[in-house]
Amino acid sequence: MTTTHDVHTPSFMTGDEFHIPTFRLLQQDGSLFEGAEAPELDKEKALRIYRAMLVTRVLDERMMAAQRQGRLSFYMQCTGEEAAVIGATAALDDADMIMAQYREQGALVYRGFSYDEFMNQLFGNELDYGKGRQMPIHYGSRKLHYMTISSPLATQIPQATGYAYGQKLAGEGHCTITFFGEGAASEGDFHAALNMASVHKVPVIFFCRNNGYAISTPASEQFAADGIAPRAFGYRMHVIRVDGNDVLAVYRATQEARKIAVEQNQPVLIEAMTYRLAAHSSSDDPSGYRSRKEEEAWREKDPILRMQRWLIDGGWWSEEEEKELQESLRREVLETMKRAEKRPPPPLESLVTDVYADVTPALQRQLDALKTHIRKYPDAYPKGARSLDPDVRPGGDHKSSDEQGGA
Amino acid sequence: MPRMNMLQAINNALDIAMAEDEKVLCFGEDVGVFGGVFRATSHLQEKYGRARCFNTPLVEQGIIGFANGLAAQGSVPVAEIQFADYIFPAFDQIVNETAKFRFRSGDLFNVGGLTIRTPYGGGISGGLYHSQSPEAYFAHTPGLKIVVPRNPYQAKGLLLSAIRDPDPVIFFEPKRLYRAAVGEVPEEDYQLPIGEAEVTKEGSDITVLGWGAQMEVIDRAVELAEKEGISCEVIDLRSILPWDEDTVVESVLKTGRLVITHEAPRTGGFASEIAATIQERCFLYLESPIERVTGLDTPFPLTLEKEYLPDHLKIFEAIKASAAF
Repeated sequence: MTTTHDVHTPSFMTGDEFHIPTFRLLQQDGSLFEGAEAPELDKEKALRIYRAMLVTRVLDERMMAAQRQGRLSFYMQCTGEEAAVIGATAALDDADMIMAQYREQGALVYRGFSYDEFMNQLFGNELDYGKGRQMPIHYGSRKLHYMTISSPLATQIPQATGYAYGQKLAGEGHCTITFFGEGAASEGDFHAALNMASVHKVPVIFFCRNNGYAISTPASEQFAADGIAPRAFGYRMHVIRVDGNDVLAVYRATQEARKIAVEQNQPVLIEAMTYRLAAHSSSDDPSGYRSRKEEEAWREKDPILRMQRWLIDGGWWSEEEEKELQESLRREVLETMKRAEKRPPPPLESLVTDVYADVTPALQRQLDALKTHIRKYPDAYPKGARSLDPDVRPGGDHKSSDEQGGA
Repeated sequence: MPRMNMLQAINNALDIAMAEDEKVLCFGEDVGVFGGVFRATSHLQEKYGRARCFNTPLVEQGIIGFANGLAAQGSVPVAEIQFADYIFPAFDQIVNETAKFRFRSGDLFNVGGLTIRTPYGGGISGGLYHSQSPEAYFAHTPGLKIVVPRNPYQAKGLLLSAIRDPDPVIFFEPKRLYRAAVGEVPEEDYQLPIGEAEVTKEGSDITVLGWGAQMEVIDRAVELAEKEGISCEVIDLRSILPWDEDTVVESVLKTGRLVITHEAPRTGGFASEIAATIQERCFLYLESPIERVTGLDTPFPLTLEKEYLPDHLKIFEAIKASAAF
């Protein structure tokens, strides 16, 4: 439907007519802005959110260190964006679907993914749900309604629209949230997803983490417009911009968005303004494209510190509890990491399973040929050889494999 | 002669092309200030300005569509797709536009100036989406040229040819060798021919054929085979499209045996095309079935990458099986 207000002299619009406000509740010192009201949040839920933020931060710090030590091939941190991801997740029903990009481990933490589960994926061992097939951080959990991560950018966004359309038809009152960065929002898939969601009235929340950078490319070279938010107008979609480092504002905004999605079957776009405090990944070095000064300025806006101050001021948290939790989390990360590292790799058969629902005859022949080859050269394929004969480890290390613990 | 790794050789080729012709532009995700995630375009923005070397928004279909338009206008775009695994949003632009621009317009318009650079291949713990070798998808598209260098010297000469070629070229760069392959590379401008294979080693018992990163794997296999008294002729195909049938035919007519290897999955891989053509042209001279040593017909794995890859031992076994047939 297009509007038909006639004018008789040429009149152009640029989009500058719109001014998009930023929704904020919490100041960096932990106090509320004047006139701001905290969302309804009981102590238990507030601490669940806070704990998830801290668990994520500690996991990220330790695993990046492990990557630097050569124990892990690759890692990506959520650092600086914990409030955006976890605040949004906390505002949903735990059975709502999450379709994330790759920097949203905080959502999984909030829903109860354990350190063991993280580690098994990171080390691609036999207990990894993804069977050691994907790079570290490509988590997925059916029980926690978290779609397995795919590296290609933005592909999950139109899928979220489709998933949510199915949820609408199922009529169980669930919605889907999809997370993506401001860089991924340049992909064609983003635009297709928003348009279809509006046309088909789909209960989906598009959550953009505008963290300033797509690897090295600053937002200023990503788009000329006022961020991602104005794009919603083009699709006649509800939109809100929120301070992504303000966990209360993110929570409140997403709560409202969920209502619009589930009660009115309308999609919503949320643009959370935040900052990727860490490198893009363990393969990246931000010193080549941004200043330390800029990073420091954002470190001052640490979302975890902001929530911590609010909790302490409210008497729900203390510095002693903080210290104790941090220490126990660090211990736990190290212990679970050691366990996961030692576990055997997935079996050789996992190379050919799940390509189709059933292994095709041709794939079975390829696997059989591979087994014959590995038996001939076991030392060249330690993981495959170990899988074929678990009692014999190449190189003479005959350690028995009794590490089949149940995580 | 200076020694360079493959990235330096590629950077050097781009530098020469941009210095020589102001119509040459380099762009893609992160290629500007940062010089690309692999640093293949380091310092080009500094030297030639932001108008000629720049970051694009994160949209592969946009990058190639934009590049098609630039090439049609008469510019010489060298567009980077950060990983070959991420080329698929641009598949429509490449397959339906780039490849058919000249043909559909009766040569009124063409995008011959276009070169698409993209890193491909496994062996770097990249899993499903940082390891693929998608050359066969594009080899099924008349109108494209496809080139894959095996070392720094080849990379520079072939890239300069690709940029100056009158047809659009996809230039697949073996990223595993970006820093690992180091060799002598002339400082000056030179070109190597597109569409011509190179016999890198002469032999009499069997022909072993590959391209890109597989060439160093072949060399290791051949070393093992020669110790067992099998004389191997080694061919680097260099161009997948158009491919040099005559050089391969001539070799197989001499040796009577052929082993082809690539990292991509077996079914529909480019080895299938080569095998079909060679049996047509060399049928009565073949002493054994043509062997293919390839990736499995599965997505690219991570933990079991070593098991998946067509390594030197698998090629060695294929050489022995072929020789003993």
